[in-house]
Amino acid sequence: MNKPRKAAALISGGLDSLLAAKVILDQGVHVEGINFFTGFCVEGHTHAIRKKDRARPKRNNALWVAEQLGIKLHIIDIIEEYKDVVLNPKHGYGANLNPCLDCKVFMVRKAQEWIERKGFDFIITGEVMGQRPKSQRKDTLPVIAHESGAEDRLLRPLCAQYLPETLPEREGWVDRERLLAFEGRSRKPQIALAEQFGFEEYAQPAGGCCFLTDAQYSRKLSDLWSARGERRYELDDIMLLKVGRHLRPRPHFKMIIGREDGENRFLEGYRKQFTHLVTRSHNGPLALLDGQTAEGDLNLAAQITARFSQGRDAESVSVEIHTTDGATLTRQVKPLRGEDIPSHWYL
Amino acid sequence: MSELQLDARCMLCPMPVIRAQEKIEQLQVGDILSVCCTDPGAVHDIPAWCRVHGHTVLEIVQQEDEITIRIEVRDA
Ligand code: SF4
Repeated sequence: MNKPRKAAALISGGLDSLLAAKVILDQGVHVEGINFFTGFCVEGHTHAIRKKDRARPKRNNALWVAEQLGIKLHIIDIIEEYKDVVLNPKHGYGANLNPCLDCKVFMVRKAQEWIERKGFDFIITGEVMGQRPKSQRKDTLPVIAHESGAEDRLLRPLCAQYLPETLPEREGWVDRERLLAFEGRSRKPQIALAEQFGFEEYAQPAGGCCFLTDAQYSRKLSDLWSARGERRYELDDIMLLKVGRHLRPRPHFKMIIGREDGENRFLEGYRKQFTHLVTRSHNGPLALLDGQTAEGDLNLAAQITARFSQGRDAESVSVEIHTTDGATLTRQVKPLRGEDIPSHWYL
Repeated sequence: MSELQLDARCMLCPMPVIRAQEKIEQLQVGDILSVCCTDPGAVHDIPAWCRVHGHTVLEIVQQEDEITIRIEVRDA
């Protein structure tokens, strides 16, 4: 009996990667999962921030998938290296700022490095031909295999029958006959297979696995770059884009305003880095001010903060402004009225 | 056998899990790692990660907003 072959499965936490790994596990291959954390992942934390979501049991879907499969899962921080993928995608962006094709190439390349280091034999992904407009077409699937350097060590069990034979198939490590021929955008075959395997409650992300596919998120990210005059970001920047209302009343500053307690508490963690405002005479949000302020701007910021407090209809609201040098100013302001906030201020 | 601390306060999931995983990779069987975190999600994620890797969660202590999870490294 030959020693069992080993495969690394890219686990996003969605149904496709779960099924792909299961199909290979069932062929007697030793499978371990890899999950990449880019900072843009929809996973987990954003649900933990908003209070209304806190009551819901929260789970990391990739870990949940690993538990269902009974495999190890390695969660890998690629935040730094991933920046180049987002900032300079060779193949360009999808509908929003999602560089899906470059992202896939990058992740498979990281997986290839991982299997070389760990002595694994091949890589599996849950890609389905024709499912995504750009990154999962018949002509782009080979691009991923080639540019990542994985070449024929990359196996897509869910659509393998449509693709040329890969090394694990040729060597008989897996039986090609028992691989699948899923194609197109319909989810029915996946759902049927999940049922056959007895999987329930799996995650079904709509659109994509990360915030970069979200139009509003992408708009906030472009705004950040144009306000800074350069395309770059840190983890804190992209986390903050997931939270609160973002308004840019002036080109040189924007405000991030908590929408409820959970977000306010999250924003509190950034108080030292930003000038921040809180209403004193009425209950209200915590607002961070990002950028430079000129004469009159602090007053405007205070009026905006007051607008989102319980004193929105009051004649005067007392607002405390804490600057980053440790000073505290108090202003009495009249809250801005809804109609005084042009819609283009909202990012 | 040694006991180590990991400060993962103010990190959002999955960062506490990632940092714990990186630490544990350098530890020996029998070593203990205490992870201190503030994201309530870690209470689910770190034990789930330990289950799939075969490590043992010895205890979870919650004090105000801080959660400490003690893990014993096992032969995974
Ligand atoms: S949706 Fe996001 S994580 Fe998924 S392939 Fe596209 S860029 Fe990558």
